[in-house]
Formats: sequence, C-alpha cells, structure tokens
Amino acid sequence: MLKLVKYLKPYALMILAAVMLLLIQANCDLALPDYMADIVNTGVMSGGIGFILKTGATMILITLIGTLASITVGFMASMTAAGVARDLRKDVFKRVAAFTNAEFDQFSTASLITRTTNDITQIQTVLAMMIRLIFYAPILGFGGIIKAINSSASMSWIIGIAVITLLGVIAILFSIVLPKFKLIQKLVDRLNLVTRENIDGMLVIRAFNTQQFELNRFDKANEDLTQTNLFVNRIMVLLMPVMMLVMNLVSVAIVWVGSKHVSSFQMNIGDMMAYMQYAMQIIMAFLMMSMMFILVPRAAVSADRVAEVIETMPSIVDDPNPDHFEADFTPEVVFKDVSFHYPGGQGDVLHQLNFTAKAGQTTAIIGSTGSGKSTLVNLIMRFYDVTDGGIYVGGKNIKNLKRHMLRDKIGYVPQKSILFSGTIESNLKYGDQTADIETVEQASRIAQATEFIETKEEKYASTIAQGGTNVSGGQKQRLSIARALVKNAPIYIFDDSFSALDVKTDQKLRTALKKETGDSTIILVAQRVSTIMYAEQILVLDNGRIVGKGTHESLLRTCEVYREIARSQLSEEELALE
Amino acid sequence: MSESRQQRGPMGGGMGKNMAGSDAKVKDFNKTLRMLLGYMKPYRVKVGLVIFFALFSTTFSIVGPKLLGKVTTKLAEGLIAFYLQTGLLTDFQYIGKMITLLVVLYIVSAICSYTQSYLMTGVSMRVTYKLRKDISEKMNRIPLNYYDTRTHGEVLSRITNDVDLVNQTLNQTMTQLITSTTMIIGVLTMMLSISWLMTIVALLVVPLTMVIIGVVIKRSQGYFKAQQKHLGELNGHIEEIYGGHTIVQAFNGEADAVEHFDSINDELYHSAWKSQFVSSIMMPVMNFVGNLGYVLVSILGGYLAVKKVVDIGDIQAFIQYMRSFTQPVSQLASISNTLQSTVAAAERVFEFLAEPEEIPESSSPITAEAIHGDVTFDHVSFGYNPEQLIIKDFSAEVKAGQRIAIVGPTGAGKTTIVKLLMRFYDIGKGDISVDGHSIYEFTRHDLRELFGMVLQDTWLYNDTIMENIRYGTPEATDEEVIEAAKAAHCDEFIRALPDGYHMVLNEESSNISQGQKQLFTIARVILANPKILILDEATSSVDTRTEILIQRAMEHLMQNRTSFVIAHRLSTIKDSDLILVMKDGDIVEQGNHDTLLAQNGFYAELYMSQFEE
Repeated sequence: MLKLVKYLKPYALMILAAVMLLLIQANCDLALPDYMADIVNTGVMSGGIGFILKTGATMILITLIGTLASITVGFMASMTAAGVARDLRKDVFKRVAAFTNAEFDQFSTASLITRTTNDITQIQTVLAMMIRLIFYAPILGFGGIIKAINSSASMSWIIGIAVITLLGVIAILFSIVLPKFKLIQKLVDRLNLVTRENIDGMLVIRAFNTQQFELNRFDKANEDLTQTNLFVNRIMVLLMPVMMLVMNLVSVAIVWVGSKHVSSFQMNIGDMMAYMQYAMQIIMAFLMMSMMFILVPRAAVSADRVAEVIETMPSIVDDPNPDHFEADFTPEVVFKDVSFHYPGGQGDVLHQLNFTAKAGQTTAIIGSTGSGKSTLVNLIMRFYDVTDGGIYVGGKNIKNLKRHMLRDKIGYVPQKSILFSGTIESNLKYGDQTADIETVEQASRIAQATEFIETKEEKYASTIAQGGTNVSGGQKQRLSIARALVKNAPIYIFDDSFSALDVKTDQKLRTALKKETGDSTIILVAQRVSTIMYAEQILVLDNGRIVGKGTHESLLRTCEVYREIARSQLSEEELALE
Repeated sequence: MSESRQQRGPMGGGMGKNMAGSDAKVKDFNKTLRMLLGYMKPYRVKVGLVIFFALFSTTFSIVGPKLLGKVTTKLAEGLIAFYLQTGLLTDFQYIGKMITLLVVLYIVSAICSYTQSYLMTGVSMRVTYKLRKDISEKMNRIPLNYYDTRTHGEVLSRITNDVDLVNQTLNQTMTQLITSTTMIIGVLTMMLSISWLMTIVALLVVPLTMVIIGVVIKRSQGYFKAQQKHLGELNGHIEEIYGGHTIVQAFNGEADAVEHFDSINDELYHSAWKSQFVSSIMMPVMNFVGNLGYVLVSILGGYLAVKKVVDIGDIQAFIQYMRSFTQPVSQLASISNTLQSTVAAAERVFEFLAEPEEIPESSSPITAEAIHGDVTFDHVSFGYNPEQLIIKDFSAEVKAGQRIAIVGPTGAGKTTIVKLLMRFYDIGKGDISVDGHSIYEFTRHDLRELFGMVLQDTWLYNDTIMENIRYGTPEATDEEVIEAAKAAHCDEFIRALPDGYHMVLNEESSNISQGQKQLFTIARVILANPKILILDEATSSVDTRTEILIQRAMEHLMQNRTSFVIAHRLSTIKDSDLILVMKDGDIVEQGNHDTLLAQNGFYAELYMSQFEE
C-alpha cells in the first residue's frame, strides 16, 4: 500500500488544507456543548434572556463555520480521491497496454481487468472516506477526552468502560463474522455456478430427464447460502441494539454519578449535560476509528494488487538502437535453431526449429493440440521472444527491430476471432485507418464476408457489439481475416483461422487468397488436412519438433505422424486419390 | 453506521450497480408489491411479532429521555430549593428509582429491538430462498427458445442480482418503515407533551430537511448516473483491450487505445468527484439543520425555563428528541427510493416467473416400452417464429437401426431437426412419430428417455468424473460406469488423472482437453443405453489421437441403433442409409451418397469442393 503513497503527492496541499479544516470542524463540534452548558448554568439559573440570545447567536455562527469547513473538506476529499483514482487507472492501463503475453499469462486477463476497475474504485471510495475520517476521528476523540476531563475527571471511567465495551463487542462480532463473509462469497459463487450450469446445460438436462436432480442440487446450494446468511445477519443485527444500549446506559450512568457531583457542588447541571454530549462524541470517534480498521485492510489489499501491476515491467522491451528494414524488403521468414520455453516453464516447448517460409509461397503448419503450432506463430509476432536461436524477417533478426516496425509488415489472423465494438468498417480498418472503401470491399470479398455484410441493412456501417456477440462464429472469423487483408501486408499469418468455416467456404477463401496475395508470404496453421494439402511447404509439428517437412504427397509417403492425421480425416479413397 | 447496514447483506456483486437506482422503472408498482407481500404471507405471524416488538422497542426508547429529563429537573429543583433553603438538597431515593427504571427500560428495549431484527432477518431470508427456489423450478418449465432469445447472463442476473437486491432491501425497508413511523409519532407526542411552542419551532426544521434531502438526492442521482455510464464505458473499453491485447499489439493499436482510454477516464473523473462531492454534502448540511434546530430550541427552552413554563430537564429531553427526530424523517424520505428499486427488482423476478410455459403433456400418455426406433417425419413444418419457416414440409421414413447423416454448411439449421425430434421445440405443422406413435402421445420424460445425445458443446458439471458419466442414469453402479468409460475409450486416461474417476471437474480443469470431455459425454450416453441416438460429429480443435478415439467410440455407439448424425466426416456420410442435405434451413436433397452424387446437385458440389484446387 505504501508504494502508492506517491500518488497522493500532487494532492498534498489539498490534503493539508483538509486537515486544517477538519481541526476547525472538530473544534466547532466540541465547542457547542460548552455554550449549551452556559445557557443552562448562567442563562436559565440566573435568568438572563439577553445572555441566552447572545450565546445562541454565537452557537449558530459556530455551526455555520463547522458546516462550511466540513463541506469544503468533502470537496477536497472528492477531488483528491477521484484524482488519485484517475492517475492510478491511467498508469495501470498504460502499463498493461505494454504488457506482453508473458505478463498476461502471469496475471490472467480477468485479474488485470479487476485490478484496473474494481480495485481502483475500491481505493477511491476508501480514500475519500479516509481523508474525512482518519484525521477527524482522532481529533474529535482526543478533543472530546480533554474537554471531558476538564469538566469532570472523576467521571472519565464511565466513558472508558463504554469505549472498551463497544470496541470489545465490535471485535467479537467481527471475529465471528469475518471468516463467514468469505464463506458466503464462496456459497454465492457456488449458487451462481449451479445456476449457470443449469442454464447452459438446459438442453442436456431435458435430454437426460435430470430436472429433479438439478433442482436438488440447486436447493442444496440455496439452503446452504440461506443458512449461512441467516447466521451472519443475525449476528450483525446485534450491533445496533448493543450500540444503542451502551450509549443509553452511558447517559444514565452520567446522570446518576453526575447528580451526586451536582448535589455536592462539584459540578454544574449544565456541565453535566455537556458531559453527556462529550461522551457521545468520544464514543462516536472510537466507532469511526474502528470502522477504519475494517476499511483500511480492504483497501490495502486492493492497493497491493494495483501496485503489483504498476511495478511489473514488460518482459520484452524494444532495443534502444533498433535495426531497420532495407528499402528492398523481401518478405521471407527464416527460423534458425529456434528453441523456446515459457518464462518460468520447465523444459523447451519448441526444439531447434529450422525452416524458411519463402515469399510468394504458403507454408503450412499442422500437428496435434499442444504440439507448439500457435507458440511458433507467437514468436514471429514477438508476443514472446525466442530463448535460443533467431528468427529473421527480411534478413533482419526480429529481436533487433522495433516491434511496431515488425508488426507493420504482418497481417495476423488469430485463432480466436476478436472484434471490437464499433462498426464492421471500423473493425476492418483497425490495422490501417487510412484504407479506402475499395480496399475494404476487396478484403471482404477475399475473406468471403461480402455475402453476409451485404445482407445487413447498414452494410459496412452495421454495428458490432462488444465482443462481437451479434455476429456468428463463422462471420467473426471472416471479418477477422478481412481485417488482416486490409493491411495489405507482405506477410500473412493465419493461426488456425479457418476452423469455424465449413469446408466449402474454407476452400473458396483459400482460392481467392492465393489469387490476390501474390508475392506475400503466407504462414498457415491448421487442423484440417484439406485446408493445407495444397501448400508449397508443410511442416509437421509433434511435441515441439519438426518431424516432417515437404508437400502433402511427399509427407504421406515419408511422415508417419502426417499419415496418421490424414487417415483420421480423409477416407481411404481420398488418400488414394493422390 | 451506514457501513454496518451495508454489511448486512454481503451477497453477490449486484449491490454497487443497483445503488444508483438507475434502472428502477416499475411498470405496476401495486401489483408487484402485492405479489411480494404474498410471499411473506406464510410468515404473517412472525411479521406480526416483528411489528409488535418494533413498536415496543421504539416506545421504550422514546420514554427514556423524558425520564432522564425528570431526573435532571429534580436535581435542579433540589439546587434551587437548597438556595431558597426550603427543602432537601437532592431526593436520591427518587433519582435512584428513576435510574433503575431507565436501565430496565433500555435493556428491555434493546432485547425487543434485537428480537425484532432477528425475526425479520429470518423472514426476508426465507422469502429470498423461496424466490430462488421458484425461479429454479420455473427454469425447467420454460420453452427452450426463451433461452435462445436472450443471453444467459440476463437470466442469471434475475437469480443473482435481482433476488439479492430484494433480499437486501426487504429487510431494511420493512424494519425502517415500522420503526421510523413509530419513532416519528412517539417523538412528536413526547415533544408536544413538553411544549407545543418548542415543537413548532423544531418542526420548522423538518420541511427544510426534506427539501435539502430532495435536492441532494436529485442532484447526486444525475451525477451518479453519469458516473455509472462513464464507468460502464471505461470497463467496456478495458475489457475489450485487455481481452484482445494480441490484436491490439499485432495491429499496432496501443497508442489509440491509450488515447481513447484517457478521454473516458477524464470524463469519469469529472462525474466521479462531482457525485462524490454532492453526496458528501448531505451529512454536514443535515448536521447544520439539526444544529440550527438545536440552538433554536436551546434559546427558546432557556427563555421558557426562565419563565418557568418548562422544566430544565425537559429542555434536555427535548434536545434528545430533536436529535432522534431527523433520522427517522430522512429514513422515511429515502425509503421510497429503496422501495422503488426493491419493487423494480422484484418485478423483474415475477416477470420471469410469469413467462409462458411449455405446452402441457398429453392427458393420457402412452408408455414408451418396447420401442424399436422407427422414426417418421410426416410433412413437418417449423419456424422459431411463425413468419419465418425454417423447415418446410419435410417428410422422411427411418427404419430402426438405420443411420441418418445430416449435412450442410454452418448455420443451415442442422441441429433444428434433432431438437424437434426430442421435443425441445414443438413443430408447427405435420407430425413426427416413433414406432407409429406421435411424439406428442408420450410424456416428454418418456420420449427423451428413448434418445441419447452427444453434442459438440460438451456439457459437464462441477462434480467427479464418475458422477458426470453417471449423469442421467443415477442407478448405475460404479462398475457399470467404468464399463461405459472403457467402451468410450476414456478409461485409460481417466485412470492416469490425479484422482482417477474421483477427480472433480471444475471450470479450470484445463488438464482435460475438449476431446477428452467429449469422450465423457459419449460414455454418458453409452451408459444410458438409448434406443435412438443423436450425434454431432464436429471435432474441431481436437488433437489427432483423441479424434481417432472419439471416432471409434461413436462407431461403437451407433451399432444397432437408429442414429441421427450431424456429419462432418465423409466416411460417416458415405456409410449412411439416408443423407439429409440442408441449406439455409431447408432440406434441399435427400438420399444416399451414390444417388445424391448422381443428382449432381448441391451435395455433389459440396463433396467435390474439397478436392478442387
């Protein structure tokens, strides 16, 4: 948490001013009972209306000052809290935008999102409250104690007992309840999980006639949650009656003890009445402080989570003296003895890869899940850096290039099609905002996306919802392909990008692609043999090694792994067709 | 203290979102409230007790200051008497009696107050429980296309966020409604009994308070809405950029993303500090108003005390009453807001509970025993909505034991056919019959028992592998489960897992691949041993070796069973007795492989396209 203190620095003056104002406010709050005592002691007892009015006017003035101070503090607290939150969010977002896949793997995307949103909001809320409470509560409590001792030291024990009792009760209640809060969160998650499973599996549940089974499962989760909630809530609702009881008993005790002091002339009646109010203020101050003990740890957890992100440096940083591509750039991709293991991972995922993807040719990569196909592609994109060996694009080692320059040359289509909210057009132009409509239409045609775009009412201006939820999987994939094509890049990488397309569309798309991309280098990862069988070069990956390299026909003859894959997908006759 | 109130319902995450009350639009307030009260009916005795105890505890706590004031008065009288030398200094006997009475009153009041909260918590929790239970039962009776037409998140939020909100606010509103009303009436009575003049002065403060609360709430709600909106935008942007960071980086979009972020972030900053500030004004201003009244009463009281119209202890009591008067007033003012959002949430829940249900079962169903598995489609027409037919006049005859392949491009409606067969949807025109009996003559339960289904979308739930395979056949022994797993070629790798068959599957069970999950669902169907089989063959993103296993397991499954296969493999298609070729939701051709090739139509085109260069 201390690591984030520097974010308060720009607001130091404001916080200082707030503290001063809080001092004023506390003084005002503590002064009022004094004046009230004066009214009773002097005004009422000796009957001076003029005195009462004058004192009353002073009281109103003091209240006004206190209120203004308090409002100003509220203003400063809000500005500071919102400002710190804005600065934090900005820094976190900037940092995360620079993160490589390694950091995303380390934190997980979901966790990074929570850290940028909920955690910072939490800090903001607590900070605003802290500025008001953390200084005010001690000032009020301390001032109240001095005032109380000044007016009657012998009654302090009443306040002492009250404060200890209250803090004790709060401590006990929370020590019982806090562990249960975590349990409740778990039970809520459980109920949500069962419900989500029920909704997602509605078809299966009906198919297997397991409605009753599911009802019982839900009921169990529901009952568990209700029971625990009931327990926790029944303990929590103790707090208010106990607090009220303690406060009321304090008043009674003060009157009882006070009346003895009054009758032995050690105290005025007005002072006794003021004393009651000091007692309330002191108790309130301690309640506020105990609240801080509940709030601060929660914010501290959030602060640590946020600080962790800000302090993590991206694992890949561009070379300060970067190399540049030559003017006569040939889009050739060469792997020289490339090995790779994930940061913190054991053992290489890719072993000693050597191959050349030539310009104007398609190099296809096939292999079972986990064989390292996507990893290989991620290395070309520099989402990760190689551990050994080197990758050369246009004759340059990509480690020495600025990532911006490298990625500028590549049209990349990922395994999972991701679209951004906006329109079809804004998505297609994502890689090249200056692209004209002809380029966009051309790319859509190659990607076989024109047909469904044209049936939409607003064509290219049709909106895409967040996460692309309003287009089907196949359509998303086609748009994702078109988006890469708009870039008109010399190198294209398709990472298993045809899986959601049916065989026919897949085939059409590849034919169009071949025709239009001409001299570009194409690197194509696929699961279907039919997608890759016409590639100039096929690499067969197995457990991170290249176990076969060649054309479909030659691999069928020479590579056992390839033959196995082909046999599982094609019938004997089709294999024989070759 | 507001913090402790929030702590009462530490459930779910819906709270923050609903605090702003932005979507608190209620269509029929009274009807929903009546329905909600209907849920409380079984607890009417308890609710009666709650009201009783609330009345008691408030009344007792109201009497307190008055009695305490009497003590002070006695004290002052004693002093004055002493000065005038007319009597005893202090009547400690009287004071002692009063103090004892007070202590007893306060303790009884605290006990009553706790009993009230205890009972009310029970009632609101039980109401919530019942609401959730009703929803879970309702979920099973709603036609499937309800789930097709909205996101699962939407349905989920009915059960979680909306019910949570009802739970949190029901308790609070009910209690506050009772205690605040009693408090106001009681305090007002006591104040009037002390001095009508002072009461009027004190009451002048109330409308002022109301106006201030009204203005602040209205103001802050505007800012809150703006803040909520910007927060939503910002979260959306963050989710998008983080979720798609590979794309952002691959297309060099980082700078744009940061720029866009900054602009939303700045807007959020402005609405955030404003809403926070406006809501922070509330406390000090209320305090000021309270203090203003306090001072006015002190002055007036002092004056009246001098004139001997009121006792000095009464001023003390009156001040205490004033202090406890503003709180219930502001509570009542905010209750209408809380109640609005409670009822709005409840209304969404009741709307779900009122959704139309599946058409009722046949009144005299026939039993589904001794069925062979002949299936006839007789001029079947169907559309998810009546204007747009997806299947038009489809007829086919399937003999028991035959294999039917359904082929066609993605999105052609291949799964619709099988969904009709299992009565997930009800057909528009025509009829489907099994062994000559219309599927509408069976109960859904019996009909579906005839079928086994393996879909591409493998559905497993959070339990052990053993229980997941046993799903749908609860009476199967462990041995039978293992037998089925063997037949589905997954016994070997299950045994290699950390806990074998007892390994619990959860959302993160990432060491189990998609293909292996599919094998579990095949084992599940093998165990259920259905008469008719429905298979979805698509096995994208499955590695080669598992794919071979799946293929073998499916072959095993299809032996001697009528099977409908959504086919992707040519080998399956060629061996089928009947191929249904679908395009744009229509069955355009049917026949076997050779006759369809000979027709040289869409099927032939589809088939040949794989081998074109």
